[in-house]
Amino acid sequence: MMILIVGSGRVGSAVAKRALDAGHDVSVLDSDPLSHERLDKDQTTTWEDAGGRFTVGTALEVDALIEAGIEEADVFLAATSGDNTNLVIAQIAQRRFNVPRVVVRVADPARAAWYGEQGLITVCPTQVAIDQASEVVLAA
Amino acid sequence: MYVIIAGAGKVGWNLARELIGRDQEVTLIESDHARYRVVEEELEHAVQYGDATELWILERAGIQRADLVIAVTGDDEDNILICQVAKEKYGVQRIVARVNNPRNLQHFRLLGVQPAVSATDLILRLIEHEVPEYGLVQLLALEEEHLEIIEVEVGEGSQAAGVRVQDVPLPEGSLIISVLREGTGFVPKGDSVIQPGDQVLLILDPGLESQITPRFAPNGAGVASEA
Repeated sequence: MMILIVGSGRVGSAVAKRALDAGHDVSVLDSDPLSHERLDKDQTTTWEDAGGRFTVGTALEVDALIEAGIEEADVFLAATSGDNTNLVIAQIAQRRFNVPRVVVRVADPARAAWYGEQGLITVCPTQVAIDQASEVVLAA
Repeated sequence: MYVIIAGAGKVGWNLARELIGRDQEVTLIESDHARYRVVEEELEHAVQYGDATELWILERAGIQRADLVIAVTGDDEDNILICQVAKEKYGVQRIVARVNNPRNLQHFRLLGVQPAVSATDLILRLIEHEVPEYGLVQLLALEEEHLEIIEVEVGEGSQAAGVRVQDVPLPEGSLIISVLREGTGFVPKGDSVIQPGDQVLLILDPGLESQITPRFAPNGAGVASEA
């Protein structure tokens, strides 16, 4: 599969590496060129030598998305640090580029719930933390 | 009318003042605390502190009963989100969004956030209006109707000069709606005669401009052949 990940932060870069290891075609887009370091960290070769792609650009710029390969993407992951940016670019991927699977990281549980109902696959780290923490804190 | 405004920058704050001055009920939401304190001194309960992209903040401001939501924060993604949620989750009848970066206007359109106002675009249009380098000036794009209104100057010796409105050869889907002549504007009748120097407003399907400008170009310039 061709996977486009926007946001090379902790989550984005980690998912990118796993996807590349699993043999997929992975392209990462981030506006900060230094975020590339996370893709090289703990690896034996550079990201590009391992077959990964990295583009510097802002995801709201359609040119950047196209350069990063959105037109060929089977899966799109919006994993920047901003919920609102993630939700907007995910919808661009979905509605304008018809990417078959669009996954969005949404930190706010209420927004995650509502946009999940609108057909986006949402991943809410906060909800996971709430559930796990509550379980451990409230254990008998 | 109950109006919620997201963003108490210069635009949001002034909008709030204007609307309150017209006896409308307004809640302004601002996420920067220092800014909120300044605005609160003047607007008191009409301003709330919080991130208007958070659903509970919108609910606290009473979005379910809002007639109009205006998103004028400095962030296009936030403005899109606020309006999208207002319209689609809370059923707010009217939304207006500010576009900071004109290149994002396409995203507002894609996600159904209309009308979206870009100050840069408005100013650009005014510049074009004052300095007509192009054959026509686009005055207004009517989004929902998929129509636009343009202004063209009638050139000396053009196909339209000296001709009655009803006889000007125009493609179907376009219509002359007004004439500005020597500082006076009027809505012409079918038998009004167009004169060189007139500024004519037309309403049309976008895409017909190239068939229209040759009719008004001086001395028939630009018209390849007549069918």
